[in-house]
Amino acid sequence: MKNPNQKLAVAVDDLTVAYNYKPVLWDIDLAIPEGVLMAIVGPNGAGKSTLIKAILGILDPIAGSVQIYGKPYDKQRKLVAYVPQKGSVDWDFPTTAVDVVTMGTYGSLGWIKRPGRKEKKAALEALEKVGMLAFKDRQISQLSGGQQQRVFLARALVQDASIYFMDEPFQGVDATTEIAIINILKELRKKGKTVIVVHHDLQTVPEYFDWVTFLNVKKIATGPVKDIFNDDNLTKTYGINYKVSVQK
Amino acid sequence: MCGYFREITSINLKFKHIDILKYIELVFTDYTLRTITLGTAILGAICGMLGSFAVLKKQSLLGDAISHAALPGIAIAFLITGTKDSNVLLIGALVSGLIGAFWIRGITRNTHLKSDTALGLILSTFFGFGMLLLTYIQKLPDANQSGLDKFLFGQAATLLVSDVWFMAIITFVCIIVLLLFWKEFKLLLFDPDFTKTLGFNTKFLDILITSFIVLAIVMGLQTVGVVLMSALLLAPAAAARQWTNSLRVMVMLAAMFGSLSGVLGTAISSSQANLSTGPVIVLIAGVFVLISFIFSPSRGLLFKQLRLIQNRKDLELHKTLTFMYDIAKNHHNKSHPHTIKILNNFQGFTKKTLQQLEHKNYITVEGQQWAMTEKGYEFAENMYNQQMVETHE
Repeated sequence: MKNPNQKLAVAVDDLTVAYNYKPVLWDIDLAIPEGVLMAIVGPNGAGKSTLIKAILGILDPIAGSVQIYGKPYDKQRKLVAYVPQKGSVDWDFPTTAVDVVTMGTYGSLGWIKRPGRKEKKAALEALEKVGMLAFKDRQISQLSGGQQQRVFLARALVQDASIYFMDEPFQGVDATTEIAIINILKELRKKGKTVIVVHHDLQTVPEYFDWVTFLNVKKIATGPVKDIFNDDNLTKTYGINYKVSVQK
Repeated sequence: MCGYFREITSINLKFKHIDILKYIELVFTDYTLRTITLGTAILGAICGMLGSFAVLKKQSLLGDAISHAALPGIAIAFLITGTKDSNVLLIGALVSGLIGAFWIRGITRNTHLKSDTALGLILSTFFGFGMLLLTYIQKLPDANQSGLDKFLFGQAATLLVSDVWFMAIITFVCIIVLLLFWKEFKLLLFDPDFTKTLGFNTKFLDILITSFIVLAIVMGLQTVGVVLMSALLLAPAAAARQWTNSLRVMVMLAAMFGSLSGVLGTAISSSQANLSTGPVIVLIAGVFVLISFIFSPSRGLLFKQLRLIQNRKDLELHKTLTFMYDIAKNHHNKSHPHTIKILNNFQGFTKKTLQQLEHKNYITVEGQQWAMTEKGYEFAENMYNQQMVETHE
């Protein structure tokens, strides 16, 4: 593995988010080096999704700042792709798989301009990458949970970004899809992209990821999986005496 | 002056039982009828289009809240100016409708309350206040107060050519805006968070679409009225959703259904004397919904039920055939006859199933015995293998 410590992809400083005066994220400092495949783990309500949403400006933090490659996020949007939680949208929306993937190109198109042949071609290529080309004209409610997740992933691939944020991409997908998705993520890392994933399954962390952040309202630890993914940090994060059989 | 003309037109409209041909002729010759028909058609179209967005935004109740919120605006405009000129009163409606709409938006964004709670709250508070003002106005000594309550259930006969022109212009502007920001609106409706990360100003888009919804509702108050206005917004959209899986087609269909509701509603209400136009338009829109919910090929109840019955029948056939296959495959001769009694252990079995299988040439039946044909054996074998593959996947 190449040395990931050369350049910071994402730098989060003193980030604090509150819902109705109750802090959900407290004073988070986070430095994510370029080229890592990072898991964010923590119990329910730890603020994992909130962290991503605050970094991406979907939520307004009450304090703190975020820098993407040394500049504010507003100026670097085109370097960032986002896969929201599958459950955050209505899959009965009247649209097709290829149409959803094309939405990934809207950011680079900007206001008013419509997607053309180039954008359509990029969308089809992304669908092919996630193995969904055969379903391109399928209404999205007629896709299985795993297929919907792949469509979302394809939409992020079309964004052709440097940093990918993904909110629980493995939730409710079948084993085949999980393997397909992780292979794509590893391929992204190989190309030097940074991938940040909210993740639930602790067992697979050492197998899938090389970097990990433990989060429970506060940041517990962040660093290479091989150094910090241990019972001590797990116990600190989950609050119970945690023993995970880590296969290295 | 205005009021005088309105009275004339409403008298003109009291046709008694005219037949359809005569009616169609009248639409083209009678000035008033043409005005009203055009007005309701345009109103239906813009409501259908914008209603699609409200429905997909999961804000079906928004229209209801806005139209009810418009009522105190009408009353206050009357109290301030003392005129019953529709244009003045509708400006009042617009202002209080907008206040209601953005109040709802503010409540949902800044408090714990869910949007349905906020909608209900604004709807009932504004409507209650509006009714209070209306009763107050009625008790004023010098007020020629009758006329304001037409906004409760609408009175299409009061539509003037200038009103129709205004509707046409707003609808035209609305179509232009929808075409310009089509991509952005679609994205916002489907995935607002993602829209935000791409750098689009979701607040601007949201305010734009909400403002048009308020405008459409206020335009409809004179024709359809406060109480029924939201139905004209939602019904065409709900009906259209049943027929298509494309947003573009849905919006166009909804506009068409809305227009047709307006035209047919006007026709029915003016050929049957003294039927109020607004409620008839809404009823026609309701009929569109009913038909769509029953007869749509992909989402309709009828075809869903038919598919269910067909699937159940197929499943029963396949179950019986699989059972027969299990017996037949243990014999050297596939077409070795077996007694029907064997099948009685099997629950799904009926005589009809046997007949159907025989009809398909999968088995032959002779007396109390059945035997599989080559074709039936092959079909069952394929099905059996497929099942094995599927369960092991």
